[in-house]
Amino acid sequence: MNRLKTAPQPRRAATLGRMLRYTKPHVLLLALSLLLSLVYVLAALLAPVFIGRAVDHILGPGSVDFGGVLVNSLLVGVSAGAAALSRYAAAYTLNAVTYRTITGLRNDAYDKLAALPVAYIDSHSHGDIMARIVTDIDLISDGLIQGFSQLFTGILTIAGTLALLIAANWLVAAAVVLFTPLSLFVAYFIARGTHSMFQSQAKDRGDLTALSEEMLGSQLTVKLFGQEAAAQRRFEAINESFKKSSQNAAFYSAMVNPSTRFVNGLIYLTVCILGVLSVIAAGGGFFGLAGALTVGELSSLLLHVNHYTKPFNEITGVVTEFQTALAGGRRVLDLLDEAELTPDRTLPALAVAGGGVELRDMAFSYTPDRPLIEDFTLSVVSGKRVAIVGPTGCGKTTVINLLLRFYETDAGSIEVDGQNIRGVTRLSLRTAYGMVLQDTWLKKGTIYENIAYGKPDATPEEVAEAAAAARIRKFIERQPAGYDTLLDENGGNLSEGQKQLLSIARVMLVRPPMLILDEATSNLDLRTEIRVQKALKQLMEGKTSFIVAHRLSTIQNADIILVMKDGKIIEKGNHAELLSQKGFYHELYNAQFS
Amino acid sequence: MKNLLRYLKGYWGKTVLGPLFKLTEAVFELIVPLAVAYIIDTAIPEARGGVYRPLIFGGVLIFILGAAGLGFSLTAQFFASRASAGFGTNVRNALYRHINTLSAVELDRFSAPTLVTRLLNDTAQTQNAVAMFIRLVTRVPFIVVGSVVMAFIIHPLLALIFVGAGLITGAVPFVLMRFTQPGYREVQQGLDNIGAKTRETLAGVRVIRAFGREADEQAGFAAASKTLAQKSIRVGGISALLNPFAYALVNLSIIAILYFGGVEVSLGNLTQGQVIALINYLTSIMHTLLVFANLAIVFSKASASAARINEVFETRSSMEPGKGAAPLIGSPAVECRDVCFAYPGGAKNTLENLSFTVMPGQTLGILGGTGSGKSTVLNLILRRYDAGGGEIRLFGRPVSAYTEAELRALIGCAPQKAELFAGTVRENLLWGNAAAAEADVELALKVSQSAEFVSKKAGGADARVEAKGKNFSGGQRQRLSIARAVIGRAPILILDDATSALDFSTEARLRRALKKLPRELTTLLVSQRVTSVKNADIILVLEDGRPAGLGTHASLLKDCALYREIYEAQTKGVSA
Repeated sequence: MNRLKTAPQPRRAATLGRMLRYTKPHVLLLALSLLLSLVYVLAALLAPVFIGRAVDHILGPGSVDFGGVLVNSLLVGVSAGAAALSRYAAAYTLNAVTYRTITGLRNDAYDKLAALPVAYIDSHSHGDIMARIVTDIDLISDGLIQGFSQLFTGILTIAGTLALLIAANWLVAAAVVLFTPLSLFVAYFIARGTHSMFQSQAKDRGDLTALSEEMLGSQLTVKLFGQEAAAQRRFEAINESFKKSSQNAAFYSAMVNPSTRFVNGLIYLTVCILGVLSVIAAGGGFFGLAGALTVGELSSLLLHVNHYTKPFNEITGVVTEFQTALAGGRRVLDLLDEAELTPDRTLPALAVAGGGVELRDMAFSYTPDRPLIEDFTLSVVSGKRVAIVGPTGCGKTTVINLLLRFYETDAGSIEVDGQNIRGVTRLSLRTAYGMVLQDTWLKKGTIYENIAYGKPDATPEEVAEAAAAARIRKFIERQPAGYDTLLDENGGNLSEGQKQLLSIARVMLVRPPMLILDEATSNLDLRTEIRVQKALKQLMEGKTSFIVAHRLSTIQNADIILVMKDGKIIEKGNHAELLSQKGFYHELYNAQFS
Repeated sequence: MKNLLRYLKGYWGKTVLGPLFKLTEAVFELIVPLAVAYIIDTAIPEARGGVYRPLIFGGVLIFILGAAGLGFSLTAQFFASRASAGFGTNVRNALYRHINTLSAVELDRFSAPTLVTRLLNDTAQTQNAVAMFIRLVTRVPFIVVGSVVMAFIIHPLLALIFVGAGLITGAVPFVLMRFTQPGYREVQQGLDNIGAKTRETLAGVRVIRAFGREADEQAGFAAASKTLAQKSIRVGGISALLNPFAYALVNLSIIAILYFGGVEVSLGNLTQGQVIALINYLTSIMHTLLVFANLAIVFSKASASAARINEVFETRSSMEPGKGAAPLIGSPAVECRDVCFAYPGGAKNTLENLSFTVMPGQTLGILGGTGSGKSTVLNLILRRYDAGGGEIRLFGRPVSAYTEAELRALIGCAPQKAELFAGTVRENLLWGNAAAAEADVELALKVSQSAEFVSKKAGGADARVEAKGKNFSGGQRQRLSIARAVIGRAPILILDDATSALDFSTEARLRRALKKLPRELTTLLVSQRVTSVKNADIILVLEDGRPAGLGTHASLLKDCALYREIYEAQTKGVSA
């Protein structure tokens, strides 16, 4: 097994930094987007200034300077137009950056799956891995990148507004700055309370999801035992608790807006009063010293104050989204940081001569405290057929996992034609074997693509031949779309038997030098099985093959039969020899006639 | 969305009161610009003269309006969270209850994951929409309409500008929604696609690696995720139009007000403070309409979700429930007469002209491969589907006459997939018989050959079972599933390939234990193994949905070529 890299402590800053690094290929576009945001902020700040100036040209009956009004109106138009255009362009480019970034991240996360040991994929919930690649990455796009831009625009707006306020009247500016912590404090205080509410909401939602997935995933069994009402009661109980928690979470998070709006109202009022006093002072006295104001300037001040307080609301919203995004990001990074298979690009490819396999003192366990396979030694002369039998859990399938290096041995070695399988590329080892497993897996795609999975450039004739050999040709040709018939995910629209035949055809097409059949015909129609067995026998002719089977009838003709129990070979020999030993094999064999 | 509104039941009060409180807050908010105009036009000149009372009055008024607004707003938020959470809970409960009424036919149509998505994610979207509706539905139009009205009070002609701007800005989100809604649906499909691709890769890790196709799969994923990105960017580009558009429109209106307002002020029909008030009203219209835009997105998502939820609600069980019947003593336990059946959407009959009779106490073995129709026979007996032609009777009555509960009392079944549920071993067994006593549990475990491995688990019968029975081996799950089937003491026992993971000696012991049960048990045994069925009283050999033979082991060996072939192949090995 690979030595596990210790994952770094979940430091938020590190997570953030690494997430943002994914924007690197799009940094120019991001810079453009931020530049456009800057243009937007400046233009949007200028518009109220010109509005104020225009108002100052509208004094009263008979004293309206239309020239001044027109010039300033024009300037309002220009700045507002520029703001609207740059805002759209900024949003569009940011969208592009966001989706391109998360596409990169998502592809990396998916590509990572190919670099992970099979053990990781076997031992982790597939739903959880999926959630990381689909949902968590979506959270990152919402929270981190959009949030980052909102933060940027928000800070710019705050800074720009402050500058304008200071220039207009420093007393008003000072009052606004004094109020700022209050606004932030209220938002922070509520956000903190909300956090725990959200956590209990998330827990309830998780419970509800788990129950629904379990029950609906086995709905026919639920109905078989008439458990609908009982399931409904459990569902409603969790749903009730979810109602309470989501109610609380919704209410607390909804408090943020009115509360900050109230604080903002206070700021607005203060600015209004101070501004009025400055207008009255008209350059004289204390208020006048702070900055003389006209009525127009006061009205643009008031417009600016609205501008100033708005980003605070947004930023507090951003903070909560940041937290969710960071949590999601952490989960994606954890996946990306998982220890990978050792790279084998520099290793030579396996050169198969006859297919002799040598297993020496092999040991393996899934968990260190429960040894499974120990001192396993076996020598297979090339071209021989090896059958492995034994009760469930005895380690039959594990041997197959080790032969194909889906798992690595803890001790001992496996050699194919004198080459240690650890010294060659995994790909060359695996393609040396043809593999049919009990758990048939098919791809969403056409029948053709599935049969040709191991040889994508196969001709239609070759595919048809393989289908015929696997006794599925007639079935395929009966389908309206023939070989172009679309299969659902994992062949959902086929029977288990048909799926198994397709996976046999897949191997028939490749004609690999060695074979592994793990319960390869267990799902077949009896008559079909008999015929497929014949075809498989032809395929195995002269090839080293490993066969795992429950049905003893399928293995009687093997050259070597290994009887395994608790990870050990307890008997070994051909059918006749094993029967005459009157041991475990004999017992198994006779049980089927009892 | 409309169809779902009835789930607001019990929350109508809050749903109506919430917006009313919001409305009050909005009224207060509308008065603020008037108060500011008052300060500018009245308080400033008065203060210049040394009279500060109007200024103080204006200030206090604005403060009171804000504080009262806060109170009303919080109350409204409270109602909104109550009503929306209650609504979501009602929809989820009703949807889950409805899903529970669906028969196998409908369940085939919706896969389990899409049902879970609809039950949780889609309901969350609609719940969110309800909350937003209560919070904003009155506020948004009220602020908009109110601002227009206030503008009319100040100056009717200038107010026309408001009407124009308001109408256009109000219409734009709806126009945009027409384009974004299909877009968001495509994005959702793209996400589903990526999820499916990932799931497929995880399930097929061995095959993909065995054939060395990792790079091709990655290319496929990259293509799917690129498509998703493009679709997301496109739909995002459309919805991003709204904000800049509204902003530009409002500023255009401000320019118009500045110009025409200037004319009116010059004529003495308007004051400077009123011009500022008009501009303030316009700005608040803009802010509100932007909120409205977000609302439009929420509603467009919610309406897509509501459509998905309604699709489930509108799907009704195709099964007519049985009215109830009492078994007739002395009639055959199971009787199939000329039964034909095709799965919905399937062109070919899965079963054709199937007839057989099983008397109480007999064992029927059904032998056939996958796809031969043997599970279908059982599905019809369990009434998961109704036969297309012919009739199935249990104890003299058509299966469709029995209620579900009556059918369950007649049949105990260990299905092909031995599915266990999170809980304890005992809880799982009690599914088969809620009233089972300790002795029943023990007997069921013993008969099913589970007693030994269960006793080795910590807690014995009270040992934990993880979801899907993950902490038990395939063979152990099958045996527990059989225990669950026999604990109910139903007169008919169905074993649907339920022993495939058992080794021969365990299976033999199980068969003997079932024989020894102290009651008349009719057993329907489906298998692919000749040895499992050969001792049955009658054996039905199925091939391609047609009966290929019906009789005892001895008679079939003589008359049925297929049976003979299978028997020889399975007991003597492949002799080619």
